[in-house]
Amino acid sequence: MSLIEQVTDKPWERKGVIGGLSPEGTFKTQAERVALIFFLIIASVVFSLFMVSYYIRMELPDWEPLSEPAQLWFNTGLLVTSSILFQWARNIVVRNGKSNLYTSFFGAGIFAILFIAAQLVSWSYLQAGGFYLSSNPANAFYYLLTGLHALHLVGGLWFWSKSAIRLVSGGEPKDIRLSIELCTIYWHFLLLVWIVVFAVLSNT
Amino acid sequence: MAYVPLADQDQEMEMHHPHTWVEKYVFSQDHKVIGVQYGGLAVFTGIIGLALSLLFRLQLGFPESVDFVDPNFYYQAVTMHGMIMVVYFLTALFLGGFGNYMIPLMLGARDMVFPFLNMMSVWTFLISVVILMASFFVSGGPTGAGWTLYPPQTTMAGTPGHDAGIILMLVSLAVFVVAFTMGGLNYVVTILQYRCRGMTLMRMPLTVWGVFVATVLGLFAFPALLVACIMMMFDTLLGTSFFMPAVIEAGSPLDYEGGSPILFQHLFWFFGHPEVYIVALPAFGLVSDVLSVHARKNIFGYRMMVWAIIAIGGLSFIVWAHHMYVSGMNPYFGFFFATTTLIIAVPTALKVYNWIFTLWEGDIRLNSPMYFAIGFIFTFIHGGLTGLFLGNVVIDLPLSDTYFVVAHFHLVMGVSPILVLFAAIYHWFPKISGRMFNEKLAKVHFWLTFLGAYSVFLPLHYLGFLGVPRRYYALGNTDFIPLSAQDLNSTVTVAALIVAASQILFFVNIIGSLKWGKKADPNPWGAASLEWQTPDTPPVHGNWGDRLPTVYRWAYDYSVPGAAEDYIPQTVPENEVLAASNDNFETNKNPSPAAI
Amino acid sequence: MTLAVVIFLLVVGSIIFHFASPWWFTDIASDWGSIDFTINVTFWVTGFVFVACNLFLAYCVWKFRHKEGHKAKYEPENAKLEAGLSIFTTLGVVAMLAPGLFVWATFVTPPSDALEYEVLGTQWQWQFRYPGADGLLGTADTGFVSESNPFGINPEDPNGQDDVVVNDPQMHLAINQPVKALLRSNDVLHNYTVPQFRVKMDLVPGLVSYLWFDPTKEGTYDIMCQELCGIGHFVMRGSVTVQSQEEFDTWLASQPTFSETQRPAPPDLSAGQAQYATCAACHGANGEGNRALNAPKIAGQQPWYIERQLNHFKQGARGGAGDTNGSQMTAFASMLTTDEAVRNISAYIATFPDTPAATTIAGDIDNGFDIYDRNCAACHLDNGSGTWYTDAPKLSGMSDWYFVTQISNFRAGIRGNHPYDDYGEQMVQMATAMGDLEEINDVAAYINTLR
Repeated sequence: MSLIEQVTDKPWERKGVIGGLSPEGTFKTQAERVALIFFLIIASVVFSLFMVSYYIRMELPDWEPLSEPAQLWFNTGLLVTSSILFQWARNIVVRNGKSNLYTSFFGAGIFAILFIAAQLVSWSYLQAGGFYLSSNPANAFYYLLTGLHALHLVGGLWFWSKSAIRLVSGGEPKDIRLSIELCTIYWHFLLLVWIVVFAVLSNT
Repeated sequence: MAYVPLADQDQEMEMHHPHTWVEKYVFSQDHKVIGVQYGGLAVFTGIIGLALSLLFRLQLGFPESVDFVDPNFYYQAVTMHGMIMVVYFLTALFLGGFGNYMIPLMLGARDMVFPFLNMMSVWTFLISVVILMASFFVSGGPTGAGWTLYPPQTTMAGTPGHDAGIILMLVSLAVFVVAFTMGGLNYVVTILQYRCRGMTLMRMPLTVWGVFVATVLGLFAFPALLVACIMMMFDTLLGTSFFMPAVIEAGSPLDYEGGSPILFQHLFWFFGHPEVYIVALPAFGLVSDVLSVHARKNIFGYRMMVWAIIAIGGLSFIVWAHHMYVSGMNPYFGFFFATTTLIIAVPTALKVYNWIFTLWEGDIRLNSPMYFAIGFIFTFIHGGLTGLFLGNVVIDLPLSDTYFVVAHFHLVMGVSPILVLFAAIYHWFPKISGRMFNEKLAKVHFWLTFLGAYSVFLPLHYLGFLGVPRRYYALGNTDFIPLSAQDLNSTVTVAALIVAASQILFFVNIIGSLKWGKKADPNPWGAASLEWQTPDTPPVHGNWGDRLPTVYRWAYDYSVPGAAEDYIPQTVPENEVLAASNDNFETNKNPSPAAI
Repeated sequence: MTLAVVIFLLVVGSIIFHFASPWWFTDIASDWGSIDFTINVTFWVTGFVFVACNLFLAYCVWKFRHKEGHKAKYEPENAKLEAGLSIFTTLGVVAMLAPGLFVWATFVTPPSDALEYEVLGTQWQWQFRYPGADGLLGTADTGFVSESNPFGINPEDPNGQDDVVVNDPQMHLAINQPVKALLRSNDVLHNYTVPQFRVKMDLVPGLVSYLWFDPTKEGTYDIMCQELCGIGHFVMRGSVTVQSQEEFDTWLASQPTFSETQRPAPPDLSAGQAQYATCAACHGANGEGNRALNAPKIAGQQPWYIERQLNHFKQGARGGAGDTNGSQMTAFASMLTTDEAVRNISAYIATFPDTPAATTIAGDIDNGFDIYDRNCAACHLDNGSGTWYTDAPKLSGMSDWYFVTQISNFRAGIRGNHPYDDYGEQMVQMATAMGDLEEINDVAAYINTLR
């Protein structure tokens, strides 16, 4: 039954158990995954609102575009690598495999950490170049958006480290399968956000 | 990983049964305890909000003789009253309190999907309340910028609490958003994934629909508040100019340039308008259920009620700038927002019609919850209709920022939801506590609250028509305001004091009944929805004993022709309806194989 | 049963309240009758719905209250009824919205013959600017704001030179001349509201907003700020006088232009000194004041404040009934017949050394600080120096006993109630922050620590 059919159903007409063990309207997937999807929507709303504010603020006369450091291309590479490694790790656990799991899983986390470190380095370059947070709204948005993105990644790393501890302390791949699957989705999402943020920053 | 339906998970589900008193009542992961904690904390802040309102109402009513309210404190009290009532009281109470308590019970689940996250939510909420309250004790006191916190005023020297107070407010709001998000994810996922067998979307009681749509609104709207808070905090602490234009503070220019105060207003109201419905929709849901049960009749036009909730929720995201008609934004926006705003009146009106039609040809039991519910219809009609004035952009020109606005939103999102709140508390009290409350006292409480609140807010509309501005510490010498307006103000204050004092009856009733109330039936009102069918009253941890319930029908089978009882619980299969004619229904019937 | 009756009575009561209410829109003084028309349409449509719905509600509660043996009707929905009501409601909404949108279209497009004037909002006063002969207002920016240029008018802009600046919260308009108000703020949000004109709009720092109307009725109306703008929000008042074109022209001609305010004649200190001789008898040769003669210290006081007060004494805005000491000043101030004389004498007073006055008041300094910090500092500043920006005189180091008498006068309605004394009126309201003489003394004692 499609969603439209479900909410136009006349509930007083149909009696009895509908939908077997799980009622209509339930997503046939784990609750955690549904929660993650909702969280991603919320995070998208947060980033979108910042973007909208960015475009509105940009129209005002005191805006001086910031030329982003070229280093960001390198940083992007780090994040892409991290995402790819996570996808690899996910594919391994889904097949219930074990070989290369350590390489891919830990590699993903390490590259994410490297990305955050590289973002901090690019901040310090900007600071050294005199582009302070308060000197222009374009700078402020740069720090704000990259910082917020990094903060989301730190949140992801927290879940990553929980799985890492479990894995190191002898956990089976199937124990952390859901966690890795969800982390992978989250990583791809953050990569997408980063690409959008980067594109917006460098085109304005 | 394969998907496992809830019913199959149940046998192996690990329940975190509490072992110690602390685990049971303090760091509890039981949605019912958390609901009560959320509700209690919200009521506590609500009492503070109410007390603040009395203080500034005294000043407004008797400016000559009240000298303990100075202008500074007046603005602080007005601001904190507004913010506390809207966010920390109503939002937390309806979603955190009722949402938590009702969702798993009404859906036939054992608990929320993520009980630990749920516990974190309530404790984070506590932190946000503590931060908020801390602002009363810092130098300069709490912020007095108005609950809308409009920059640049908020952080400038002419505003009370412009240093520490506003920072604490922003931090507290940000923490609240985090708490709400943790809770909100829980409610949404629980409603989607943890419904028991047979509980289709359209079999959910309207309470759940209201909470569900309100939570989705909250999840999408609160980020706007968070974004606005973060950017304002940057402006204040780090010297950025997101919202701050070049301004002069007491004669000397501040180090800001070019920011847009109107951008803040857009962000704030992008949150602020859905916020109205975050409060209203759960109230709509709860009141629908109360009306239906006590009218012994199904809620009229259930589908329309669901669609209206969804439509109102959706529309609420495209009406926000009706709060900004006179803000100096591009005036051409007025056409769009006036139109969308008045469109929202249609689904809202339909809800009102359907509530009244639920009473039509009903068998109305005038129990005290029903009194409050019917009182709600009255105040909501009044408050809803005055919204049509303010939504219509030209009428907003003379009326905005006057007492008309104050009267309108207090009726529609203050008095009306609070009447629902009382209806709901009285209605579910027997289930929650296992005891009956004192019906007589509840009715006295109703009369004082209902008549008192109406006599507070009806006159205020007329002050607004006259043009008396809101947020004025004193009216001073003004030619167009007759002296009688001050008399009216004094009357209003007296009425407000009576309303406030009568709430003591409520607390006496609730607390007294907890101890001395007579034991309640498991289902004293004869309600059909699932929460009344629990094996224990009050429900214990895990809610449903050995087996999860199975649902065979919608939640509104009242006075069904042919059935002996005037209600059929959702757990009763069709073939047992006639068989059970002479006995009361047993609660939590095991499904008979034939019915599956 | 009772409930049904009460709802019925509430409906009747609301109707009676409406018709008995003396509180209703002020008589309109602009040509925005179309707004009133829209309000009336909305009022009658919503009024009908209010009465109809609630009477029906009361009827249902009465008619279908529980009776033994009665059973409710099972009726899940009635699609026809619901559709009908949707259409009915939509029609009602359209009936209200359509006129509203037409009127709004008029509001957003000011007529081309509307004369422009500027409203400047600052914490917490109104100021106004009219274009000069060229019909154009000069550009302005907060960067140019100073005591002599409170509007921040660009001194390089030729269009701004002949702008007429009104540094008072009292403005005038000519009757039947459509005007477009350009709204500007130098600090926070304000809102320019005259209830009789029906229209209002926020003043937003960083941009110019507008509204327009055509004043159609002579008279003087209150201007109120209706957007919370800080602690002084409720005292941010002004007035607008609508008068005949001739009277308006005369008034406008009497106001200074921007360039005039920028090049005031240099004060004649020796003339000021000569005239000060009269003052010295009481206020002392160096303006140090004399408690025995009830003459406050004036040395160190802000010059614009001294000028304003002298003018108030001249105009009778101070020193009226109840103010015995003030009335003595009236005679002396009247000796300064011209504005130059007033300016000369204040310039001469400004040359005095500023030695703090002796303290004569004791009180609870902590309580004084609490009151001062919360309510007074916003205008008089933390150090009590006062500032032209908020029209607040210096308090620190001045005669504390004088502070106490003046606050008492404000509290007693002796000072600040004269229509010319807009700034005093603000103090009448703000002085309520001090509940009694003891608290006034506390604040005075605290101010004594600020030196």
